[in-house]
Amino acid sequence: MKCDVCENEATVFLTQIINGQMTTVNLCEACSKAKGVTEETGFGLAEAFLSPSHRTESDTMEIVCDACGFTASQLKKIGRMGCPECYAAFRDGLDGLLRNMHKGTRHVGKRPSHISAITPQLLPRQRNTVVAEAPPPPPVPAASPPPLAPDIAKLRAELDLAVSEERYEDAARLKSEIESLQPKASK
Amino acid sequence: MMRFATLIKNPADWMKGAGPHSDVVMTSRVRLARNLRGYPFPGFSQERQRIELLERARPVVEELPEMRDGYSEDYTELSKIRKQVLVERHLVSREHAARSSGCAVVVDRKQSISIMINEEDHFRIQGIRPGLNLTSAFEVVDRVDSELEGLLPYAFDPKLGYLTACPTNLGTGMRASVMLHLPALVLTEQINPVIKAIGKIGLAVRGLYGEGTEALGNLFQISNQHTLGEAEPEIIAQIEKVIEGVVRSEVTARAKLKEDHQTMLRDQIGRAFAILRYAHILTSKEALNLLSMLRLGADLDLVGNCDRSLIDMLLLEIQPAHLQLNAARELSPEERDSMRAELTRARLQSIDGPGSFPTNQSTPGGTTSTPNDE
Repeated sequence: MKCDVCENEATVFLTQIINGQMTTVNLCEACSKAKGVTEETGFGLAEAFLSPSHRTESDTMEIVCDACGFTASQLKKIGRMGCPECYAAFRDGLDGLLRNMHKGTRHVGKRPSHISAITPQLLPRQRNTVVAEAPPPPPVPAASPPPLAPDIAKLRAELDLAVSEERYEDAARLKSEIESLQPKASK
Repeated sequence: MMRFATLIKNPADWMKGAGPHSDVVMTSRVRLARNLRGYPFPGFSQERQRIELLERARPVVEELPEMRDGYSEDYTELSKIRKQVLVERHLVSREHAARSSGCAVVVDRKQSISIMINEEDHFRIQGIRPGLNLTSAFEVVDRVDSELEGLLPYAFDPKLGYLTACPTNLGTGMRASVMLHLPALVLTEQINPVIKAIGKIGLAVRGLYGEGTEALGNLFQISNQHTLGEAEPEIIAQIEKVIEGVVRSEVTARAKLKEDHQTMLRDQIGRAFAILRYAHILTSKEALNLLSMLRLGADLDLVGNCDRSLIDMLLLEIQPAHLQLNAARELSPEERDSMRAELTRARLQSIDGPGSFPTNQSTPGGTTSTPNDE
């Protein structure tokens, strides 16, 4: 089993039970010490994995809503959109987020009477503005991990959001999804 | 338009009327979150944008057939106490009351519909009915919503539904909630498993004033959390089914208390009445909890000549802002506690109290015939 932070062999396994859901974090010796997770007090799952120093490159690519200027990091921070058009701007990863919150990802209820079911999308097509160029990935101890597939980057961003919103069950699910996508070679 | 004093002087429709299961279900509320295209959500907009939206939308809202001749107020015109009174009456949310410039509320004459402008969303349309009657509450807001959609350009996406500031409201934008009075489930310590079971099926349980508030007075709010992927009638039918189950549990627990623990029950209700009737200092928390016991007593016919609606009105009148409005000035917490007691004593004068009831048959350990001289 690999460390959730640095890809080294994990030796510290932490399990938290939140709302009856088990969430596990696997860490290597060095990372667990660095995060202070071996001390029982003050252990926060959120800080333990995915602290700022371990952010992936997806975080530095700032998506901005053209209509109102709201940014992806603001969305992540407050969990709310800036304007109706934001739903188009931040469409990537939205389905995953909604799946965790709701019964489905598609609206089946009331519609304004002037909107028939076949009306094309009202929202403008997504146009992402890249504000900051992605810096090279931070140096990682031991073998540097293979470049992340875009899917993984997206999942990581979702994972980040889930952790910041303390939705640990979702975080656990996303984490295992990321694990299943990660190449098994780098050991 | 109606004045604030007129609005408050008259009890709301839902306070007087009794609805299905009124002994357990205080109110049913449904709110819809709606937004306009082309404006940022209130939490991310500038003051002038909020004012612009308000100036455009408020006259339209005031002219809706249901809202005509109702009460409408800009928040810059409302004192802190008046806003808090509206919160205590569940006409506006705590979050909305904390805002000021660019916000307004419009309430219909019967106080059964309120429309908050520039809450977390541009519009929060709320309907409130007595007892368990979410369907009727939904019909009301649905009608108002359909009228409004023809007059203002809603932000709607065919796949995502009504677009809301928070993705947790996306889709129907509907939150249906009921306020329950569950003293017997609390007394018999069955409340925690019930709350847990409700949480497991995706409904939220909260205290008296919404998120993060304590369940004072054995009052609990239950509402849906999912708004996307299900149609409004389905969501409402599911909640009503769950609530009917909770109502049955509460009624069973009440019957069992009356049957098996009559002395304890009479003791609790008697003590509650005695304190409420004669105390000179009453904190909000104590009053709510004692009134809950008195309401239970009234529902079980253990308190003579006690009308449930008198207690429900008192539950409102003893709240901090209502007391201050009544006194026409700001009151310190100590002053409030003494005025709360004064008001409660006065209101309970007309009640015979639990003592006036003869203890039917022989109570265990009853020594009524042989006086105990010690």
